[in-house]
Amino acid sequence: MSLAVVADAAGRLATTTPAAVDLSGVHRTFGAIRAVDGIDLHLELGEIAALLGPNGAGKTTTIDMILGLSQPDQGTVAVLGMAPSAAISRGLVAAVMQTGGLLKDLTVRETTRLTASVFANARPVDEVLERAGIVDIGNRLVRACSGGEQQRLRFALALLPDPALMVLDEPTAGMDVEGRRDFWTAIRRDAGQGRTVLFATHYLEEADAYADRIILLRQGRIVADGTAAEVRNLSSGRSVRATLPGADQAALSALPGVRSVEIRGDRVLIQSLDSDAVARYLLSSTPAHDVEIVVHNLEEAFLALTGDGSPQ
Amino acid sequence: MSTPVPGTQRSFDARRRPALGGLNRTFLLIEVRRLLRNRRTVVLTLVVPAILFILLKSDRRGIQLGGTVINPATTMIGIAVYGAMLAATSGGAMVSIERALGWSRQLRLTPLTPFAYIAIKILMAMLLGLTSVLVVYTIGAFSGVEMAPVTWVLTALLAWAASFVFASFGLFMGYLLPSENVMQAIGPTLGIFSLFGGLFIPVNLLPLVMQNIAPFVPTYGVAAIARFPLLGGPFDLAWLISVLVWTAVFGLAAMTLFRRDTRRT
Repeated sequence: MSLAVVADAAGRLATTTPAAVDLSGVHRTFGAIRAVDGIDLHLELGEIAALLGPNGAGKTTTIDMILGLSQPDQGTVAVLGMAPSAAISRGLVAAVMQTGGLLKDLTVRETTRLTASVFANARPVDEVLERAGIVDIGNRLVRACSGGEQQRLRFALALLPDPALMVLDEPTAGMDVEGRRDFWTAIRRDAGQGRTVLFATHYLEEADAYADRIILLRQGRIVADGTAAEVRNLSSGRSVRATLPGADQAALSALPGVRSVEIRGDRVLIQSLDSDAVARYLLSSTPAHDVEIVVHNLEEAFLALTGDGSPQ
Repeated sequence: MSTPVPGTQRSFDARRRPALGGLNRTFLLIEVRRLLRNRRTVVLTLVVPAILFILLKSDRRGIQLGGTVINPATTMIGIAVYGAMLAATSGGAMVSIERALGWSRQLRLTPLTPFAYIAIKILMAMLLGLTSVLVVYTIGAFSGVEMAPVTWVLTALLAWAASFVFASFGLFMGYLLPSENVMQAIGPTLGIFSLFGGLFIPVNLLPLVMQNIAPFVPTYGVAAIARFPLLGGPFDLAWLISVLVWTAVFGLAAMTLFRRDTRRT
């Protein structure tokens, strides 16, 4: 059953739709390597989430388990309320893998027709080619397509079953800047229709620009999970700078979220997880002027959370 | 969009699985087109047996070997089995290339079942085998081979049946070897099978040493059975045993490797 019918306190019936992805206590080891070391992940329908992490963080292993290509040693994986293989056979989940997976001696259109033929219901071939932006190269052999064109073909194939969940594993690896932008434009346009999208990437800017939610992986574990802004704040917050003669270090340090206060002559430098509170205090309760708030970029957060020096 | 917005569909259970595990006509037709586009396969499986037959049949009366005249019909059937074997093996061995390209993995992300995939590969291999038999028989018909009409049909069907045995052999090699080696390994192996199994020269005309080895070669039974409607005489049960044993050996080997390949680890 993918629909659970529950009665609330007043006895009314309510229907709940299943989670797009539900990983619970998932472990997967390869020999001595703990590729995935206890992941709990719950994705709601309609979310666009990025799995971000350096190489070896467990992104591909996690995705393979969501797609049913491999099994967890421990824990459970459910996709849309069912086993991954059941969701795949119904065309509810589609994936765009990093490389390979195409026959070089077929044309773009033949590859799409061939793939469409194995689904019980598939969108029309022309429609998916159009949406992936490759309708004009339909008669080109796959071997003659650029890396970006091949990737858009994989995307077109993934659109065929009209999946509720689209999974992309490092979809723009090896593409040039323009290819990446075109690719994400197509994905973004498509996701506007309510499809759940989960993509793995090690490009920070991609996660920042295209995901509503970022799940940061490190050594097989989730080390941060939230919006891009939340993930940034988690590691290092923001710094607030101001000109404030005779600053009271104790008062500033007592503000909520403040991690450090540095005073250099008339300038103060405050590191805080809650820069708004610091700024509000400075502007309303002190004669501070020239207040600047510097946002740490995602890259700094990424390095702080995934680097070897960070606490586990 | 005629379907509901993805993600807002009320029941995901309502989505259907494809019939026959995804096996369908469009898939087969595109596979045929792909096969014909591969010039190497076409030359190897259709042109090579044809040329070999033209060279070996010599003239209308057939080749002479140590005073014995070999009926061109005998040669034609042997070459047809050779073509069917070559075609079916290379058809089956295509899984090697598809695995190397990651296509098999891609198909695992679709509703196509592994068994439907194997069924498609066997059908393609047998179709290629049939084409090869028909090419050799057409050349035979135009170059003076004479048999009773029923013998033409029976021997062609039996020669074609050889492709089933060797489609399994091709699948086995395809799952065993990496793609760059698969054809290099298969070519000489099939050459030895053909020579020892009596496809080019009938077994009873081979040197004694080869005659003793012949019954243990995979082509021995299929060739003898394919020629039986022409040559008549007593039916040797060893032929049938040869076919059954080799079909079982290749089939089980292919199945074991196929299981290993598609197992969800």
